[in-house]
Amino acid sequence: MKRREFVRHGVVATAGLGIAGNTNLAHGILVPTTIGRGIEQDRDSLAMAALNAAQMAGADYADIRINTNRRQFVSTREAIVAGVQDSETSGFGIRVLVDGTWGFAASRDISMDEVARVARVAVAQGRANRAAQLRPVELAPLDWTGRGEWRSPVEVEPFDIPIEDKVALLLDANAAAMAVSGVAFARSNMSFLREEKFFASTDGVITDQTVYKAAGGVNITAVAPDRSDFQSISSIDVMPKGIGYEHITDSDFVGNAPTWAEQAVQKLSAKPVQPGRYDLVLRPSHLWLTIHEAIAHPTELDRIMGFEANYAGTSFISSPEEFLGSFRYGPEIMNIQGERITPGALSTIGWDDEGVRPDEYLIVKDGILNDLQTTREQAPWLSDWYGSQGKPVRSHGNSYGQSWDVTQFQRMPNINLLPHPERDVSEEELIEGVENGILIDGDGSFSIDQQRYNAQFGGQVFYEIKNGEITGMLKDVAYQIRTPEFWNAMDLIGGESTYFMGGSMGDGKGQPAQSNSISHGCPTTRHRDITVINTGRRA
Amino acid sequence: MANFISREEAQRITERALSFSRADQARANLNSTETGNTRFAQNQMSTSGDATNATLTVTSALGTKVASATTNIFTDDALRRVVDTSEQLARLVPENEEYMGELGPQTYPDADQYFESTGELAPERRAQAIAAVTEQAASRNLISTGFLIHQAASNAVATSNGLFAYTTNTRVNFTTTVRTADGTGSGWAGTSAHDFDDLDTAALGATAVEKAMRSANPRAVEPGRWTVIMEPTTVGNMVNLMVNQMSARNADEGRSFFSQPGGGTKLGQQFVDSRVNIRSDPRDPRILSSLFDGSGLPNQPMTWVENGELRNLNYSRYWADKQGVQPTGFPSGWAMDGGDSTIEDMIRSTERGLLLTRFWYIRGVDPRTILYTGLTRDSTFLVENGEISHPVKNFRWNESPIFMLNNIEMMGAPVRISSGESSGLTNTVIVPPLKVRDFTFTSLSDAI
Repeated sequence: MKRREFVRHGVVATAGLGIAGNTNLAHGILVPTTIGRGIEQDRDSLAMAALNAAQMAGADYADIRINTNRRQFVSTREAIVAGVQDSETSGFGIRVLVDGTWGFAASRDISMDEVARVARVAVAQGRANRAAQLRPVELAPLDWTGRGEWRSPVEVEPFDIPIEDKVALLLDANAAAMAVSGVAFARSNMSFLREEKFFASTDGVITDQTVYKAAGGVNITAVAPDRSDFQSISSIDVMPKGIGYEHITDSDFVGNAPTWAEQAVQKLSAKPVQPGRYDLVLRPSHLWLTIHEAIAHPTELDRIMGFEANYAGTSFISSPEEFLGSFRYGPEIMNIQGERITPGALSTIGWDDEGVRPDEYLIVKDGILNDLQTTREQAPWLSDWYGSQGKPVRSHGNSYGQSWDVTQFQRMPNINLLPHPERDVSEEELIEGVENGILIDGDGSFSIDQQRYNAQFGGQVFYEIKNGEITGMLKDVAYQIRTPEFWNAMDLIGGESTYFMGGSMGDGKGQPAQSNSISHGCPTTRHRDITVINTGRRA
Repeated sequence: MANFISREEAQRITERALSFSRADQARANLNSTETGNTRFAQNQMSTSGDATNATLTVTSALGTKVASATTNIFTDDALRRVVDTSEQLARLVPENEEYMGELGPQTYPDADQYFESTGELAPERRAQAIAAVTEQAASRNLISTGFLIHQAASNAVATSNGLFAYTTNTRVNFTTTVRTADGTGSGWAGTSAHDFDDLDTAALGATAVEKAMRSANPRAVEPGRWTVIMEPTTVGNMVNLMVNQMSARNADEGRSFFSQPGGGTKLGQQFVDSRVNIRSDPRDPRILSSLFDGSGLPNQPMTWVENGELRNLNYSRYWADKQGVQPTGFPSGWAMDGGDSTIEDMIRSTERGLLLTRFWYIRGVDPRTILYTGLTRDSTFLVENGEISHPVKNFRWNESPIFMLNNIEMMGAPVRISSGESSGLTNTVIVPPLKVRDFTFTSLSDAI
């Protein structure tokens, strides 16, 4: 298991805590250069033509994103290759502001005529929407303009690895799982993305970035001999990363498959949980998802202000001025950081999708709500708060669009629960202090309300804790929380040695729904007296 | 005419691509879309977008070694490259005994699924449709949010064995959430259509406005097992979970609710209330299920559930061949029958129950029983002694469509709904409102 590797990466991010404004990209490659160096003349010309056409048509501001996305997906089932797909697509999107109203249009046809046409479509759309305008959009100033390049820290180019090697690795993993008695099915897959993102805006930023993402996993199902039960495990601790093929080799599917398979089989005979109240010890492979749902989403400023009310929802943090600086999210040992610099994390990048260099910031500081996620449009909404703190009004660089064909908007950076601020608390110490509890490993079922109060989480593997010791496996476990109480019931958190970064390639928000890939680092935590239900209902 | 690839152009591109193929068999899937959307929040437009795209996927088979590659550039060079890539990949993968080969020419039902009202929808018209909601909300000091999306699309499939299939369709979806200025009330309404002229945004806005006002300052009532009156959107959300799990293979392999303990499947058994009937049909003008699947296999009219009995499971070509039956296609668009009761009848007949508007964050909990969890949102009301008495706080529920469809008390007239949680473009779902007993709520939510 590569936990040690992830811990190392996590600690790098931790080390950056408090260095606000110092973009420390030791492991990524950040190369600011001067405008006019003449690289990529084609895209420069296209961008110039697009931005000119938008301004000629009446735009006050315009930006263009030109993307080429290479993807590969390999999936297998038992001894069968279920699919091998390779894709390369490209296109561009132009966003404009017309008298403070947004317009956006996009096309797959990257040509001089088409960028000019699409720019005019975007302006016409902004004009059509302006009729109902009540408050014009204002953009926070940029504290950096110029030209820059950035590239994910990739050791092994995934698209250079022969497909037969990828297939063989997956089939070997399936075979290793199927060799365990009681296992009936094994599926596995791996996928890779290389996104070449070119951005230019009328505010004088041009960026050229190459982003890699790698994901994969093995799903193993055990079926009871009398078919009365089936249980699955999905490669616990294997989380998608913003790196290359080394993610797959480091994850060691073949070596780990027997362990996962044993866990699936063991779940068949695990003891069904008695509903009640328990102390929970939550490993990072599980907790990252709870952080995602109950901290990362409710601190998105656009949803707080009602912009996502029709789908993703709003937030219990409302209004921001009543919560910032006073709302106790959790105990003093709780610090939540937003950043886009941890090497290999999925939100790590040089510039966001509106040309802002992201900074590091504390969303929760010593347990108190301290800041919120912003874009250029949103940062001015917090100008009073920033003024009272002596901070400049600037975007945190949290803008993202999933592809060229949809407009960019606020998406979360890497949002991490930092390890214990004073000492390296071990998992053993967390367990020792529990009389009647459950340790949860891996992420399972998840659901949370539209203001992020009431959530229910399952997991992959559950262990009963009695009098400070693990006594056996449980099944059919889910816990229900109310967000503020849950974090305030966190009485101890692990230190750096328990820190791990989890994540997902598919986080939905926006309409049309856009998928973002997200990473959250955290230590193991302990929460007192949490409601647990049994999900194994039969009628 | 909307800016998507025509039949002639599709034929030219797919034929050209297949002409470069040196594989034993090959297939070209060409999907072309023109999509437009407008969002609104705080009673004004927020963001919007118009995009044109098209992708070509070439699947190449060397014997039973198969792989695919995709491009969205259709020059000869790009077409050659995508064919080469798929062939190179196919050469390197092992034999796939489940590969069924490409289909030859097929016959498709003649069904017009394209509506100009949707295909030609301009941003100005979208803005007008939205203003019909924002103006109602603003005049009552309420805050409206919502989303209008429409798409005109063409889909083509061509194979090296002479199949060519082409279809066009349009779809539109509109949803709105209206909230009170103090954040204590929230109402929702929405639906989907193939024809934009079928969409009455002013009426949907009026419903959301009325619900927002009526739902203000909810009181808490205890979770537990309740009799519920489910508006159609909530019924569709639940039944969709079941329809999506009707894989014959999973049932045969013992990892599905539809598996029979001890072996076999539940085919032929009554498993829900005898009033439940579910079917799909590409020619039914209300449903317009897709005409063919990705392999070019025609979708036939199918009955999935009849009088509460499981009549069909969904068989892929491979699994059908192995089991000696006909492939069924997937129920991409379906309708459930209803009854004669109105929602008002259901309320009048209820001594103590809850009226539900919308569900949210629906996620699987236990695949053995299709048990899911989720929450109510945007207007939940207590019904007492045949009347709506007051709004109540939202709940988390843990429930299965199977249990729910066994506990039906009353059924209303089926309507088309906006079935996706994100209000995106989805296949047609037509369902009735239901009155159901013993719906399980496990906790309260403070969210409004």
